Amino acid sequence: MMLPKDRGFVHRLPSEITQQPVFESRRLLLAGLGAIAVLGPRRALAQGAAKTAPLTAVRSSVPGAITMDKPTPMASATSYNNFYEFGTDKSDPMQHAHTLKTRPWTVTIEGEVKKPGTIAIDDLLKLGAMEERVYRLRCVEGWSMVIPWVGYSLSELIRRAEPTGNAKFVQFVTLADREQMPGLRSSVLQWPYVEALRIDEAMHPLSMLAFGLYGQVLPNQNGAPVRLVVPWKYGFKSAKSIVKIRFVEQQPATSWALAAPEEYGFYSNVNPSVDHPRWSQATERRLGEGDLFAKKRPTLMFNGYEAQVGSMYAGMDLKKLF
Amino acid sequence: MLGARSLLQHPAAKPLLFALALLPFALLVLGVQRDTLGPNPAETLIRSLGDWTLRFLCLTLAITPLRQWSGWVALARFRRMLGLFAAFYASLHFCSYAVFDMGLAWNDIVRDVAKRPFILVGTLALLLMLPLAATSFNRAIRALGAARWQRLHRLIYAVALLAILHFFWMRAGKRNFTEVFVYAAILAVLLGWRVYKAYKPRYFMKLGSHSAKG
Repeated sequence: MMLPKDRGFVHRLPSEITQQPVFESRRLLLAGLGAIAVLGPRRALAQGAAKTAPLTAVRSSVPGAITMDKPTPMASATSYNNFYEFGTDKSDPMQHAHTLKTRPWTVTIEGEVKKPGTIAIDDLLKLGAMEERVYRLRCVEGWSMVIPWVGYSLSELIRRAEPTGNAKFVQFVTLADREQMPGLRSSVLQWPYVEALRIDEAMHPLSMLAFGLYGQVLPNQNGAPVRLVVPWKYGFKSAKSIVKIRFVEQQPATSWALAAPEEYGFYSNVNPSVDHPRWSQATERRLGEGDLFAKKRPTLMFNGYEAQVGSMYAGMDLKKLF
Repeated sequence: MLGARSLLQHPAAKPLLFALALLPFALLVLGVQRDTLGPNPAETLIRSLGDWTLRFLCLTLAITPLRQWSGWVALARFRRMLGLFAAFYASLHFCSYAVFDMGLAWNDIVRDVAKRPFILVGTLALLLMLPLAATSFNRAIRALGAARWQRLHRLIYAVALLAILHFFWMRAGKRNFTEVFVYAAILAVLLGWRVYKAYKPRYFMKLGSHSAKG
C-alpha cells in the first residue's frame, strides 16, 4: 500500500478570504447556472443529476499554469464532451454519465516502480495541495475551450511511486465497465481506453491530475473522479476516469493510435503545421466566445505552451513523430 | 370530413406545406438569435441544415412512388416545392460551412474540398442540384422539352447517392452509422422501387391502365 505523506490541513493564505480564482470560478458557475436555466429543463436535469460539490484550491504558481484567456462557460465545458465510454455524440456524456460510480474508487500503480500499490481516491485527493490552473484545451477535432481545473502536478504522485530506471513511459488506463458505461457497446475504440506519456512529459509540472473544474468536484462527464490534463497535447491524450497508472520501458499502445495509426500518433502535440490527414489543424474554434461570425483563431504551437514544454522535443522531427 | 384527395387539392395545401418546410429554417434562425443551439452553434447549424437537406431529398423522391402506390395524383403538385426546399437547405448547408467553418476564405475552402473526400462528395451533390433548381419553373420545362427536362432531372438520383455517401463518410470517423442506415434504407426503397419499375415494364403497363398515368 502506497500511503501519501500526511501534511495535515495547510492554510496557504493567512485568511479565509475567498481568493480571486475561486471568486471568479463562482461567478462562472453562476453564469453557467443561468445558461442552464435558459437551455431548458432537460439539460438542467442532467446538470442537476451530477451533484456538484465545491473543491477549493489555491492559484497555481507553476509557470504557464494560468492563461489569461477568458474561461469557457462551465455549461459548455460540462455539456460538450468527448467521452466515448458514454457515447460518441458530444451531448452523450452529460446525458449518460450519471451511471458512473465514483466511490469507492481506487487507482492502481504498477510496473517499473519501487512502491507499487493501490490508492483510494480519497487518499489521492489529499496527496498534493489542490491548485487551480486555467488551461487551454485544444481538441484534435478543431475546437478549443479554456478550463479552470483543480488538481496537482502528476509528478507529485510519480515521485512517491519512485519509478525505477526502466520506467521510460507512463500508461493511463480508463475504467471499462459495461454496467456503468453504455458506450462500451460501440466498437469505435478498443476498451479499456489507454493513453500514455513519455516519463519526462509525465514529470513536467504542467501535466496534471485533475479532480475538479470551476471550483467544483469533477462532473462525471468530465472524467470523474480523477483524470489527466496535458494542456499542450490534443485533448484525447488526457485520459479520464483513471483506474490504473502503469510504468513501462517500451512505448505503450494508445487507443487512438491503435484505431487509426495514420491519423493519431503517440505524441499528438498540438501543432498547427501538422495537419490531421482529413482536416487542417492551423485554426480552431474557441467555444463560448459568443459571436457565431467570429473568425476562428490560429492554433498555437504546443497549444501556446512552447516556452514551457518545447525543450522536451528539441531535435525531434515533429512531422514524423506527430 | 375531407378525404385525403380533397385535402391534397385544397387551395391552402401548398401554402401550408411551404410554411411547414420553412419551419426548420425559422427555428434555426431563432436558435441563433436566442443562443440556444448549444456550446458549438456553428456545428449545430451546419449539421441541422445537412439533416434537413437529406430529409427533403427523401420527401421529394417519395412523391412519385407514393403517388403510384396510393393513386393520389394530386401529390405531384408538391414535388417541385419539396425539391426546391432540398436545394434551399443544401445551399444553406454549404453556405454555413463556408461562412462559419471556413470564414469565407475561398483558398482554404477549395483546399478543404479537395482534401476531404466527404466534403468533395457533398459539394458535388450540391453542384448537381443547382441546374435542377434553375430549371424547375414551367417555362424551363417547355424550353427544354419534357423528355430532355426529365432526363436532366434524373440527376436527383445521383444527388441522393452522393448525399448519403457524404453523410456516411462524415460519420465514419466515429463509426456512428445508425442514422446513416435509416436514411440509406429509405433511399434504397425509393430508388429501388424505380429500378424495379424500369425492369418490369410489362407489369407496370398493366397497372398503368388501371391507375392514373404520370
